[in-house]
Amino acid sequence: MGYKESGVISINDLKLPNEEQLKKGVAIVECLENIPCNPCVEACPFGAITMRDLNDTPKVNYDKCTGCKRCIAICPGLAIFVVKLEGEDALISLPYEFLPVPKKGDVVIALDREGKVRGNAKVEEVRKVGKTHIITIRTKKEDAMVVRNIRVVK
Amino acid sequence: MRIRDHPILEFKRGKKVHFYFNGKKLYGYEGESISASIVANGIHVLSRSLRYKNPRGFFCGIGKCSSCLMNVNGIPNVRTCITPLKEGMEVRTQEGYADLPSVSFRGRKKKKIETDVLVIGAGPAGLTSAIEAAKQGVKVLLVDENPRIGGQLVKQTHKFFGSKGEFAGKRGIEIAEILGRKAQEDENIDVLLQTSAFGYYENGKDDFHLFGLVKRVNGEEEVYKVECKSAIFACGAMENMLVFPGNDLPGVYGAGGVQTLMNVYGILPGKKVLMVGSGNVGLIVSYQLLQAGAEVVCIIEAMPRIGGYHVHAAKVRRCGVPILTSHTIVEAKGKERVESAVIGRIDENWNVVKGSEREIECDTICLAVGLSPSVKLIAQTGAEVRFIPEAGGYVALHNKFMETTKRGIFVAGDASGVEEASIAIVEGKIAGFSAAKFSLGERVEERDIEKYLKRLNELRAGPFGERGRKAKEKIFAMMERRQWDIRKAV
Repeated sequence: MGYKESGVISINDLKLPNEEQLKKGVAIVECLENIPCNPCVEACPFGAITMRDLNDTPKVNYDKCTGCKRCIAICPGLAIFVVKLEGEDALISLPYEFLPVPKKGDVVIALDREGKVRGNAKVEEVRKVGKTHIITIRTKKEDAMVVRNIRVVK
Repeated sequence: MRIRDHPILEFKRGKKVHFYFNGKKLYGYEGESISASIVANGIHVLSRSLRYKNPRGFFCGIGKCSSCLMNVNGIPNVRTCITPLKEGMEVRTQEGYADLPSVSFRGRKKKKIETDVLVIGAGPAGLTSAIEAAKQGVKVLLVDENPRIGGQLVKQTHKFFGSKGEFAGKRGIEIAEILGRKAQEDENIDVLLQTSAFGYYENGKDDFHLFGLVKRVNGEEEVYKVECKSAIFACGAMENMLVFPGNDLPGVYGAGGVQTLMNVYGILPGKKVLMVGSGNVGLIVSYQLLQAGAEVVCIIEAMPRIGGYHVHAAKVRRCGVPILTSHTIVEAKGKERVESAVIGRIDENWNVVKGSEREIECDTICLAVGLSPSVKLIAQTGAEVRFIPEAGGYVALHNKFMETTKRGIFVAGDASGVEEASIAIVEGKIAGFSAAKFSLGERVEERDIEKYLKRLNELRAGPFGERGRKAKEKIFAMMERRQWDIRKAV
């Protein structure tokens, strides 16, 4: 069953960065369909995201990408994540539009693409861009390409 | 149930006021609609069907269906979903047909308005139409039935797709504000809200169109006779119904109705929601329900694939909401409101697979099964209307300039075929430009609108734009053939 049936992509659907690029921190764009949309291209200050035309899927040049996170909140599909490897940990930055908003240092529940619990994660950074928060969590390295959401327990 | 905290919206509620519902004193906030206040008080039966007296609840929320018609301060058949609440209002549900009110319509205020371009509907298409027409130096009258400017944009909390020209990355609510302000500040545009265009009349003059409008404020009505050189119909679309037993139970909502209640007035329709339809509307409203604090039990989709963008599906899936493709709703159960729903798997012949039915506990069923263009008034003008499945139903035939078969009558946005708001924004610009030039007696060439046509092609180029592309191809082809037939006949 593909993502058109399940709503969940497999990592085989993505062109992933290599280990070196991941250590630097790069944007993972989970946008696979030809939809007429391009704010991410315009938001990138390094020209790292490109599209041939408005309906093309965005391609990330992982060498140019600095992991600056500017594309995360501008994406109307909330489909961009920044992943950075640090030793045995992964830092995942994701868009968050729910309440309550966690604070730096909080422990939250990490969820995968189906909303299944993958364990706890620590909040490393909280940024606010408009009404969207960009939450950076620290989780296990093996969950770098698995965790894509959080649940905040009060 | 009122929403207190919301991650995106701040609800600026008006003064707390009392009103009477069937003689019972209730409280609400000034500025919210009467039926929204009633639902916030936990009352879900807003009317009863004429023949079987079945209970009916809040459905569309934008004055298009008839399930919230009530008697307000002695006036029957008031659309309570678009009528703002006022202190001390006497609101009564109607039993059977409404009684004629004992008020005289003689001596009511009447006014004649002359304008160049009349724009009906102040959503994305109507706003850009009005702004573009005003830019050409003509006088524009922009009217809308709702108390707020912006059409359905006022409840779109998600960020829009597209490109800079269509405000991509901005939320619908922000776009409504930007365009609404621009229209209201433009000295060539007069805006009339809470105003319905109700009829097209014989004028006796060839180069003018005559419309009847009614403005309702505080129970007072003013009737306007509007004489214009051209008119743009940007009156949008209305929610589709689905046929299943129990589909008229209170708690069965149109997706737009849920959005109005939840995102405009800050009132949750229920706690546990079944979403029917996985197009972009179904996916987006599911996500908005989660943001507002409701539980979405699941999203069902009759087709074997998810209808909307994957990125929208991914947002709800990672919150744990299941999407069941090849599933349909079999029945809504409950006495005075929805208590559960029966869903079932369907086979390739669209029959429910025996034994696959199961009952899901929920208090709300949200229907996101498409929209149909609003064409009743445009048909009255004499513009030719045809059934185009890809456009969502009956639409007025039109050419690239958005002009219909009736000279001087233009159409734009969902009313010309249901598509995305970004398309409505561009079509509005074309209609506004063409209608203004028409009223100035100037010819419009294709090169004048070339940049907009190019933009429309780009927006419709992908697989999700295919339906709209096909709809327009058919409409333009029918239009050309019709004109060719006329030339031949002449």
